[in-house]
Order: sequence, then structure tokens, then C-alpha cells
Amino acid sequence: MPLLELRDIHKTYHLGGETIRALDGVSLDIDSGEFISIIGPSGSGKSTLMHILGCLDTPTSGTINLDGMMIHDASARQLAAIRNKKIGFVFQFFNLLPKLTVRQNVELPMIYSGLSGKERRERAMNSLSSVNMEDRSKHRPSQLSGGQQQRAAIARALVNDPRIIFADEPTGNLDSNTGVLILEMFDKLHQEGRTVMLVTHDPEIAAVTPRRIEIRDGKIANEIDPKLAGEVPKFDQFKDVKSKKLT
Amino acid sequence: MNLGSIIESGFKEIWAHWFRSLLTMFGIILGVASLVTMSSFVKGKENLLKDSLAESGGLERIVVDDNDDLPDYQKHLEDEANGMTLKDVYALQKNAPLVYNVTPVIEKRSYRGSLRVSRKGKRVRYASVKGTWPSLLEIEEHELEHGRVFSDMDDLLANPVCIIGTQIRNDLFGEYDNQGEEIIPIGEKIMINYIPFKIIGMFKQYMSEEDRKKKEEARAAGQTVARRDFRAAYMSGDRQSGTAMRIYSMKNSTVMIPINTLVSKLDSDYDRGSNMDRSLSKVAMNIYDVSTLEKSLQQVRNVLMQTHKGLEDFEFETQEGFAGDINLSIQNERISGMFIAGICLLVGGIGIINIMLSSISERVREIGIRKSIGATNMDVFLQILTESIVIAVAGGLAGIMLSPILVNTLASFADGTTPPVMTAFAMAVAFGFSVITGSLAGLFPAIKAAKLDPIQALRYD
Repeated sequence: MPLLELRDIHKTYHLGGETIRALDGVSLDIDSGEFISIIGPSGSGKSTLMHILGCLDTPTSGTINLDGMMIHDASARQLAAIRNKKIGFVFQFFNLLPKLTVRQNVELPMIYSGLSGKERRERAMNSLSSVNMEDRSKHRPSQLSGGQQQRAAIARALVNDPRIIFADEPTGNLDSNTGVLILEMFDKLHQEGRTVMLVTHDPEIAAVTPRRIEIRDGKIANEIDPKLAGEVPKFDQFKDVKSKKLT
Repeated sequence: MNLGSIIESGFKEIWAHWFRSLLTMFGIILGVASLVTMSSFVKGKENLLKDSLAESGGLERIVVDDNDDLPDYQKHLEDEANGMTLKDVYALQKNAPLVYNVTPVIEKRSYRGSLRVSRKGKRVRYASVKGTWPSLLEIEEHELEHGRVFSDMDDLLANPVCIIGTQIRNDLFGEYDNQGEEIIPIGEKIMINYIPFKIIGMFKQYMSEEDRKKKEEARAAGQTVARRDFRAAYMSGDRQSGTAMRIYSMKNSTVMIPINTLVSKLDSDYDRGSNMDRSLSKVAMNIYDVSTLEKSLQQVRNVLMQTHKGLEDFEFETQEGFAGDINLSIQNERISGMFIAGICLLVGGIGIINIMLSSISERVREIGIRKSIGATNMDVFLQILTESIVIAVAGGLAGIMLSPILVNTLASFADGTTPPVMTAFAMAVAFGFSVITGSLAGLFPAIKAAKLDPIQALRYD
């Protein structure tokens, strides 16, 4: 049974009398341990898809099964608990709270899951050391470089040991060298067996993942899946990018 | 999210903007301080008025006064009106079972008639000499501190003995001797209209609780306090407190002597007939039960109509009017004070709403982040509400700490009026109001924050 199972997901918005079909019948299975990228130009619906997968939003119709739970009709409270325990987010703008230290930022998800202060500190430090940030735990986000902030954000995403990590343009605000380091970090997480989904508009970045899904006009326009025999990858040129940068 | 973390993060947030929070708190601080201050002034006045009501005999006292003014329809019988006499007293004792301690009083005042209370050239400024029976002590709530009360035998023999109030002692002997000891002139002689009277007893000094406290403190410190009297209160415009203080002052200026002594020794102008016909200033009595006041008055009226041959040359004086006035005025002051303090708290609450709204619009993104990592709507709601309550509670505590300073400052400006009484109850109420204000003020911003859509909030700059 797949970790994430989407069936015929529709999402429509009404803007001033006009109906916008942001997602128009998306069906998708994601297995545990996969490293996937969702690619598409802006306005294609990829962000909407990520928000629905990340339980920040609910679909207009269709069913989603995450880890055995039907989340398409879950309450706001249940969705909050799923975001807290099963999902980790990494954002383009890092989204650390500027008033808190790095460690306090990493502790934040555990505050909402009700862990004790001592346990929070321990797990936050473990998580920070997994991204080599333990020596920056007392710094404020504003005292860190972009790459360090993104590593702290990854530590926060990992701290509750989620089933899946969503990264929304995680390198969009970084220079290319730092961006490669961050992508390597996601690759490492994948090697450790975690499920990671990158959302990007950039085919170069999408090329680091074995499986790539292209969204266009709210539909899956193209898919490369190494599991499917006989499928010829269309993004071959990006393999070079990946091998060049990651090895 | 547990409550401890919520409160902790609330404090952090407030501390991060401590100046802004302090300004916001000011509304609450002033509201709470004014609530406590207002109630302590009203309480002070209430205590004084209630004490004085009790001192003057409470609600159980009825006095029947002489009334020379007959009702219009009896005016033509004016010459037949005798006024109150001892006959009335005995008739009431016999036939009015709802009242007891029926006591005749003949009162002579130094400033009105030719009465003169003096000793060795010193003269009392104001004295009220009452010829009466010992039961008047109970009716007028007198307490004997030194000596004894005159006996029936003193009355029968018309002995020249008297019980004096402390003001009489102060005027004729002074209050303290050279060693600082209180002077107790039992056994000394004073002159009433040049007739020597032996002092056999002295009442305690009557004063309000507040004044007593002040006096004791001053005495412990070896100082004397300026005597606050009812004239000062009248002059400062506080008529009711003036009335209340006058009750103490008048009680202290009493000279009590047996009624027969008064009639036989001081009634120089009286053409001697039977003592039974001597007209009395008033007849005082107690009722057994305040709830039967109406019935008791009716009984007294029935008896007196009988003895006065149907002439209504008497009137009743009860404490009910005074008590009603006290309650009404206290109530009015309480309402107006509450109103002012309520407006202060309202303004403070609006300040909190304002600051919380601007705080959440600054923190839309933060709220989006918190929601994306698992904060429920309730978590966000509680976070904002807690911040607002923390501001209000801190303001409330500061207001309570400020209130004694405010009360003392105001009291020192308003010298001569009733001293304020601060109560823990008033502080608790004021604090409770600040908490309620904080909760209500935080409600709207908290709901607004909780309703934010996380996706919109994350995109917000």
C-alpha cells in the first residue's frame, strides 16, 4: 500500500465569478522512501497540489489516503495534528521565526505535540546535529547565512520524524553552490530512507530526483518513474547535472 | 500545546515589545487603580455613616418629640396642649407592649438657654444637660468608662450628681495631665448654673474607628492630632459626613443628671406643681424588633392620643430616614464611581484590542508558519488570548500596587473629610475586572488570528 494515494483530485477556486480549476483530476501514488519532484511553471497547480498533499488545504473533490488515513475530509484540527506529526515542510524563504533562536525554532513543532521541555531540547539538538548546525543553536535566524537558515529549517522539518517531507522551492532563495549543498542534503535524507518531495519550477533541480512529475494546467502532463519498465526518461540531460553536482 | 508553554510564549511576546505593552497596560493600570480608590473612599464614608447610625441608637430607637405645631384642624385647641409629661411615660410603660425602656428626657443646652457649665472660671463652650433615667444610657448607646451610673435613689433624692462626656472633661480639666496621663475627674465638682454637681461617672470618648486609629497612632508617636470636627466637614461640603461627625461630637458633650435633680435644682423658671406635669423635651424608647417598627409606632400613637385627649401635639423621630439617606447616598456614589472606573477599564480594553490587532497583522506570517508545523486554530487562539490576558493581569497587579499611593495622595488633599478605607475585597474585584477586560479584549483579535488561512498567511509579506 502506497504511503500517499491520490484519486481524482479536483480543486476549484471562484475568483470574481470566474471558476479556476487549479487541479483537474490528479491521481498519484507515492511509496514510502521515494524521492520525487513535482515540476511545472507558475500557475500550473503544483503549489496547490503540494498544499493539499501537505494538509494545508483540502481538495474540492477526490480522495487522499495518507499513511492509512483519509485526509480529504478531515477536520481542521485533525489536519493540524497530521501536519505536526507526519509532515515536514521546508520553504523557499526558510520561514524561521526571527524572534526565536535556532534551537527554539526547531523545538516549535514539538511544543504543539506537547513534549516536555527537556525532551524538546534533546531532540532539537539531535536534529540540528544531523544537519551540522548544533554549534549555531543559540543564534538567531538573522545571524545566519541563507544556507544555514535552510539547514535549520530542515532540522525543524525533521524533528518530529515525519513520514514525508515537502520542500517548496528549497533552493529558490540560495546561490547555486549553497543550493547544491541543500539538494545533497535532501538526497542524503532519501538515502536514509525518508520520503522527500521537491516542488520546483526548475528542471535542473527536478533532475536530482529519480521520479519526476510534471504538472500543467492542473493535470499530470508527464511522468518519469524509474520503477516503470520501458519508460524512456525525457529529462536525460538533467542526469548529467545530478551526477556532476552530487558526486 | 500545554498551558505553561502558551503563557511562556505570551510573556516572551510581551517582553519583546515591552514599551508598547507598558503603554497598553496604562489603561488597565489606571482603571484598576481608580476602581480601588473610588471604592475605598466610598467605603470610608459608608463606615463612618454606619458607625454614627449605630452610635446614635440604631434603628431600635424611637423618640417622641414635643410638637407645638398642632395639625391645622386642631389649631384652635393649642392652649390645651400639654406636651409630653411623665404621665405619658408611665402610660406607655403600661400599655405599649412593643416598646421598652420608655425614658423621659429634659434637655437643656448651654448655647440656647441660660445654662452654664463651669469650673473655676472655665466654661464649657457647648453642653447638653439631660435630666433623665439611667435607661437612657442603653437607648443612646452610651458606654460608661469610669465611675458609676446614678441610681434610682439618686433620682428619688434629687442628688446633685452627674455623668459627663469627655468633651466636658476636656473643656474644664484638660485631657491629659503633666505626666501625659488621661485625667479622670471622678469625685470632682463642676458647677451647673452655679449649683455644684459631683461627677460620679464619665463616658468613653466617642469617635469614628478611623479617628480612633489615628489618635492611637499619634499617641504612640507622642504627638497630638488636630481635632477633626463636623464643622470642617460641613465647610468642605460633605454634609452627610458632617452630620455623622456631629453625632460623635454631641455625644461627647453630654452631661447626664437624674431627672428629679434637674427639675428641683435647675428649673428656676418653673412654677412648682407636680413633677408629673413638668413638660418633657422628649420621651425616648426602644422597640424589641425593627421589623415591627410600624406597629410599635401605632401603639405609641394610640396611647398618646389617649393621654393627650386626642391632641396630636407630638411627633416621632426614627432613624429610618437617616438610614435610608445613608444607603441611597452610598449607592449613588458607588454607581458613579463604578461608572468612571468602568469607563477607564473600557478604554484600557480598547487599547488592548488595538494593540493585539496590530500585533497579529505584524505576525500573519508567524501565524502561518506555526499553523504549517502543526498549530491548531485553538493553539493560535489561546496564544493571542493569553498575550492579551497577560497584559491585563500585569496591568491589574500594577494598578493594585499603585492604588494605595493614589488613595493616600488624594486623602492628603482632602483633609477634613472622611478617611478612605481600602479593602481586599475591592482589590479582588478590581483585579477580576481587569482579567475579564483582558479576556474580552483578546477575544476578537484571537478569533481573527485563529481564522487565518495558513496558505495565505505563509505568502504574506
